Amino acid sequence: MSATLPNAEPHAELDPRLAPPFPKAALPVLRNAQLRKNVAHATDVIQAKRAHLVEEKQDWQQLRAAAAAIRDHVLDHLGDYLEQFETRCTAAGGVVHWATDAAEARAIILRILREEQASEVIKIKTMTSAEIQLNPALEAAGIAASETDLAEIILQLGHEEPSHIVVPSLHLNRAQVREIFARRMDLPQLSDDPRALTAAARTWLRRKFLTVPTAISGANFLIAETGAVAVVESEGNGRMCLTLPRTLITLAGIEKVIPRFADLEVMLQVLARSATGERMNPYTSLWTGVTPGDGPQRFHVVLLDNGRSPILARPTERQTLRCIRCGACQNTCPVYRQTGGHAYGSVYGGPIGAILTPQLMHMEHAQSLPFASSLCGACYEVCPVRINIPEVLIELRAQVVDQQRRRQNRMFDPLYLGMRAASGILASARRFGAAQRLGRIALRPFTRSDGWIHSLPGLGARWTLTRDLRGMPNQSFREWWAQRQEKQP
Amino acid sequence: MRASLFITCYNDTLFPETGRAVVRLLERLGVALDFLPAQTCCGQMHANTGFRAEAFSQAKQFVRLYRDAEAVVIPSSSCVAMIREQYPGLFAELGNEQLRGELTALLPRVYELSEFLTGPLGVEDVGAYFPHRVTYHASCHGLRGLAVGDRPLRLLAKVRGLDLVALENLDRCCGFGGTFSIKNAEVSSAMLAEKLTDVQRTRAEYCTALDNSCLMHLGGALHRQFAPMRTIHLAQILASTESEPAEVTP
Repeated sequence: MSATLPNAEPHAELDPRLAPPFPKAALPVLRNAQLRKNVAHATDVIQAKRAHLVEEKQDWQQLRAAAAAIRDHVLDHLGDYLEQFETRCTAAGGVVHWATDAAEARAIILRILREEQASEVIKIKTMTSAEIQLNPALEAAGIAASETDLAEIILQLGHEEPSHIVVPSLHLNRAQVREIFARRMDLPQLSDDPRALTAAARTWLRRKFLTVPTAISGANFLIAETGAVAVVESEGNGRMCLTLPRTLITLAGIEKVIPRFADLEVMLQVLARSATGERMNPYTSLWTGVTPGDGPQRFHVVLLDNGRSPILARPTERQTLRCIRCGACQNTCPVYRQTGGHAYGSVYGGPIGAILTPQLMHMEHAQSLPFASSLCGACYEVCPVRINIPEVLIELRAQVVDQQRRRQNRMFDPLYLGMRAASGILASARRFGAAQRLGRIALRPFTRSDGWIHSLPGLGARWTLTRDLRGMPNQSFREWWAQRQEKQP
Repeated sequence: MRASLFITCYNDTLFPETGRAVVRLLERLGVALDFLPAQTCCGQMHANTGFRAEAFSQAKQFVRLYRDAEAVVIPSSSCVAMIREQYPGLFAELGNEQLRGELTALLPRVYELSEFLTGPLGVEDVGAYFPHRVTYHASCHGLRGLAVGDRPLRLLAKVRGLDLVALENLDRCCGFGGTFSIKNAEVSSAMLAEKLTDVQRTRAEYCTALDNSCLMHLGGALHRQFAPMRTIHLAQILASTESEPAEVTP
């Protein structure tokens, strides 16, 4: 690991193909009390702001319905809108590239950078670039990538991974940020006052903005009607990246397109309130191709598929692609609250990650993620585009189990065997009654004199890890009812 | 009024006292209650764990069994949510139009207990007496799936002697989630620990809910920690009277 080359280490932690299953990945985080405290505090703050602003909006449910309808309409006509975007963007002087997968997207971006003879790029926060593992690829090609979003700077300098899609450094508190800045910017006297920290970042950034002529951005929206790209942010660093460099490359998932400029009226309202708990985000930048003498003179858009288009074909799952990456589901999720984003083994953590990541991986990796939810429904309740995440989770769970049914080793999975056996038992009330009586006998040796079970073997041990279980009563309800009927026919 | 009790598999097996309380309560309120011994399970555990074909068998069994019932009462909000939210999709996916039609006709007659009391029966004061300090935990499926709102609280408010104390972060999951509590036992336990902090802060004697599943989770941890607080299903509080107090588990 070299101190001068940021992101020299591979992002194994956030590669769904390499990440450990969720229950295992969660363990180190559950032991990290500071991280859990940071996540709970940060999500509480954002949630409270969001709740306040949603409450003041009388037509919030109608806005959600409108946003969902716009996104659904796009997904129904995605090919048409993407072509329209390409035509308009090209006419305005942009160059549109199509990337089937992460490798192709990286290759396109590297080719452009080589043509530009770039040895350094500045970046606006883009989760999509993390999805395609762009920074390690740039590093390997000898191109230094400098993040300019405050949260991303913290992560880059601290060699940390993003843990949230809107506030990627949410798992760190300001004392930890101070420590990273003091060490990496060589500012031993730096205080942890937020103003001092942002001032340090500004000085650090200003040099980059004024010297690096090539920038990479993501996109919040692509507007088919005009060929414009929209980025929303809070800091203004994005706008510096979008206006100062000579060359700008925008990487965007194909689902990011919306039909008309006017649709921003709905989308920006729901996005700002859901993402940061603001009525309107401080900076909304829109640009259309190239304007001679103003802003970047060479502009490329890379449209990324990377597993998205197969999702379109599936009726239940396609709502996943409505997502506008507001992170509200992460902030409200009681599972994310305990684990933060890293345990999800992908840049997309929390409920949206639990459904998006396995699908982007064609259900070949990250199969533990659909099970990383108690199905409490809090995510669906806050989602500004009404993605029924629990419904998609259940659909994906069925796909994982269907894969398991075809595997030989299923007979070694106690949960699989248990579920199959339970199905046979529950198919008949007679069998169910017999199983109840048998269970009573089987559990007797584990039941203490106080009538409770404190420890169970096998899968049961997963329950008794932290919870006792009341011993089985001597009479089931159905037995009681039958006895009662006999007494009073 | 006639009604058929669907007790649910886990109440039948692990919490028969809840079933007995439902019988006492509804009979006291003049309901002619029936129990079909052929019933087993709604299929929620299988559906939510990904065993869709198995869940379908349970769903089919449920609809066939209850299609002629005047009303079906279920003392578990998550089982009712399973029936309302997932059955239509299951039948549609498997292309069984006849079952789908029967389900559509049946669904308006399927009630969670607090829905049945405050809806068709039109009562809030069920004549109960329970002189204890009680907090109410809103199970996620009751809160979001069924949107029961303040029905359980209205019922509890009318119980004589009961001192109802509000639970903070009422809308946060206790971490049970069915097989989630096994597959992700550590995360589930962390969620439970946070919920327990809120529950114990109420200094209530009892924590009640619409679902014994959440209560089994909370109660199991309370017992593990030697906490004096106990869990009790809403039906048992509502069935309780001066002459016949609630059956309390050890």
